[in-house]
Amino acid sequence: MGQRRFSFTAGLAVAALSLSACGSGSGDAPKVAAKPSFDAGTTMAKIAAAGKLKVGTKFDQPGFGLKGLDGKLAGFDVEVAKIIAGAMGVTAENIEYVESPSKVREERIEKGDVDLVAATYTINDKRKKRVTFAGPYYIAGQQLMVKSDNTKIKGPADLKANPDQKVCSVTGSTPAEQIKPYLASDAQLVLFDVYDKCANALRTGQVQVVTTDNVILLGFVSKSDKAFKLVGQQFTKEPYGIGIKKGDVKFCEFINKTLKDNKAAYNKAWSDTAGKVEGASPAKLPVAAACA
Amino acid sequence: MSSANVLYDAPGPRARRRAWIGGASATLVILVLMGLVLKRLADQGQFSGKLWGPILNPSNEDFPLVWQLLAKGVLATLTAAVLAIAFSLIIGGVTGVARMMLGRRSRMPIVALIELLRGLPVVITIYFASRVLPEFGVNLTGMPGGAGLWFLVIGLTAYNSVIIAEIIRAGVASLPRGQREAALAIGLTPGASMRLVLLPQAVRVMLPALISQLVVILKDTSLAAVLGLYTELLRQGNLIALNLNNPIQILSVVAVIFILINYSLSRLATWVDQRSARKTQAKGIEGIPAEIG
Amino acid sequence: MDAITQNLDLFWSGFLRSLTICLWGAVGSLLLGTTIAACRVSPVAPLRTFGTAWVTVIRNCPLSVVLFGFAFGLPEIGINADYYVFGLSALIIYTSAFVCEALRSGINSVSAGQAEAARAIGLTFTQSLTQIVLPQAFRTSIPPVGSVIIAMFKNSAVVGAFGVGRDLYSLGESLTSAQGYAVLPVLTGVAFGYLMITLPAGVSLGVLERKVAIAR
Repeated sequence: MGQRRFSFTAGLAVAALSLSACGSGSGDAPKVAAKPSFDAGTTMAKIAAAGKLKVGTKFDQPGFGLKGLDGKLAGFDVEVAKIIAGAMGVTAENIEYVESPSKVREERIEKGDVDLVAATYTINDKRKKRVTFAGPYYIAGQQLMVKSDNTKIKGPADLKANPDQKVCSVTGSTPAEQIKPYLASDAQLVLFDVYDKCANALRTGQVQVVTTDNVILLGFVSKSDKAFKLVGQQFTKEPYGIGIKKGDVKFCEFINKTLKDNKAAYNKAWSDTAGKVEGASPAKLPVAAACA
Repeated sequence: MSSANVLYDAPGPRARRRAWIGGASATLVILVLMGLVLKRLADQGQFSGKLWGPILNPSNEDFPLVWQLLAKGVLATLTAAVLAIAFSLIIGGVTGVARMMLGRRSRMPIVALIELLRGLPVVITIYFASRVLPEFGVNLTGMPGGAGLWFLVIGLTAYNSVIIAEIIRAGVASLPRGQREAALAIGLTPGASMRLVLLPQAVRVMLPALISQLVVILKDTSLAAVLGLYTELLRQGNLIALNLNNPIQILSVVAVIFILINYSLSRLATWVDQRSARKTQAKGIEGIPAEIG
Repeated sequence: MDAITQNLDLFWSGFLRSLTICLWGAVGSLLLGTTIAACRVSPVAPLRTFGTAWVTVIRNCPLSVVLFGFAFGLPEIGINADYYVFGLSALIIYTSAFVCEALRSGINSVSAGQAEAARAIGLTFTQSLTQIVLPQAFRTSIPPVGSVIIAMFKNSAVVGAFGVGRDLYSLGESLTSAQGYAVLPVLTGVAFGYLMITLPAGVSLGVLERKVAIAR
């Protein structure tokens, strides 16, 4: 066990180092438009004129938005934000990141604290009432992660029959709500503030299952040196969107067009960050939904 | 009964031997338990250089970054605590004095407010401040230090100002009646006697209790980490652990830092208490809320 | 107000769970706190040192850090238990330090003559402590110990964030964050739940204080 534990942490450290190394590379930053022109009065025109973009993202989500020790943010959401910023002539240094944990994302947008939110932000009807979504720019799906030697759980359907198998997720998150119908009772669910704690609890045997979007789980699997595995099919669809102010259709259309026009940068952003982990599907920009 | 040794004789040879055996076995049990824990931790690789290096080894590339971040965290914790105690002092002072000066009927709303806020968990008042105030259009984004800091300070102030109001009331109540009577007798208005005679004396008696309350506030700032509101010491530690994957190690360091700061503050409170006791011969006030966090 | 009326059963079960945590916490921390206080006044030096170290370390550490140590430290050394047990134990251990100090102040307020008289009639340390000093100390300690326990009731809200769940606080998080209910009514409901625990506790404490008050 001692041996395995060591290699496990070594794997973690290597993964962490490589994750934090990629976001900071300035040499391959997404291209920045020289002098974009926009219709007067649009959000894009305002941002281009100011030369600054305020982006709400997570600071504690490895693979998507994680603040490194040097204070730099790294992750897929951050790279996507850079692509959008670039199309408005805003350089990576002029992006201001505002920490936006799940529960305040709508508020950040409504208050105007940020111009856009890219923070593993699942598009759903409830949220559409308060914000407009561009994208989706990625489609995740909820899945289960267990220890490699776990034979009891092969999919969400096995959870009800095994009430002793505790399931871990994040407080107030969509996955935590969506797993509830599959559980024998609420007592089977354990909640923490970040998924990292769930992975920790899985390793020490405090919980037996961790559930959230597949890409986040894959990050843990690849770091765990075969100690964890994913089981079962993705049982939900989680389209990640870019949250912007409600009703800003022009900005939404602009973001969708930008992502479509920058597929190469998009693919690179994916393969440099969350897509780097073993078992992640290759980058594929989904077809954007209509803006409203 | 100021010292416990009235409870037992200076032990004789037999009792000394018994105490020695008892003490030695108690020490042994504690040491064995600690040894077991350390061994389990070592078996799990928790003492590996990889996990501790960034914290203890100055030549590790992450060492300066980790300590810079921890220092930032300490500073953030102190900032929030100092702001919260300052605002609590002002608001608590006004409320406490108002409660004492107003008549029985007109102070009812203040008493109700104090009882209400005193009955709520701090984590709830902070949560309330951070989630409900924005709904009412309170926008603190532009404030220095960020909105999170101010929501934390507001939540802490709401809770602690009523505690401080009570400390002040108990402090004034601990003064001899004659002080107020004499002040009124020489023609001071009730307000002036409070301001010029009672409060200045009460503050000296209250000082240790106030410093103890600062310890409580310092500890409560870490609730911001639970709510993910503001990057103080604990949350800074959590973020470092996310990067280095060493939560046990970082959290031990965070705990030690908290204990060192708070222990020094507690010692300061004791020292101030003894000093003022020597100076004024005043005994500590009873009924002051004990230092509870 | 829909948020409350639609979820009345959830609020009720959350309230009951919080109340249970509070009651177990009170029993546990009173027992443990008394034991630690006895350690701190005992003739055995290592026990005194242990008691002092216990109080110094725990009193100066935020509850959230203690909780973290339980929830993530103990599994690391191979101790696995329900998070409910971890959370409750952390709450009890944290509160015990404060109960100990409140009791010790009570013991110190028993006049030396009482202990001397007990000793003079030949009672041993244990006898004079359990039959003479502690019964009086408990009475004077009721106000400070009571406020410690009420503070513990309030602190129990933090336990919800460490994997315990389904208490009032976690309920508030889940309803507002994931299910999208408006924050104000939900948090008002949660706050009301805690007030329903702390306010009656405060009132009973006041009654108890007047009942057992001793003129000295």
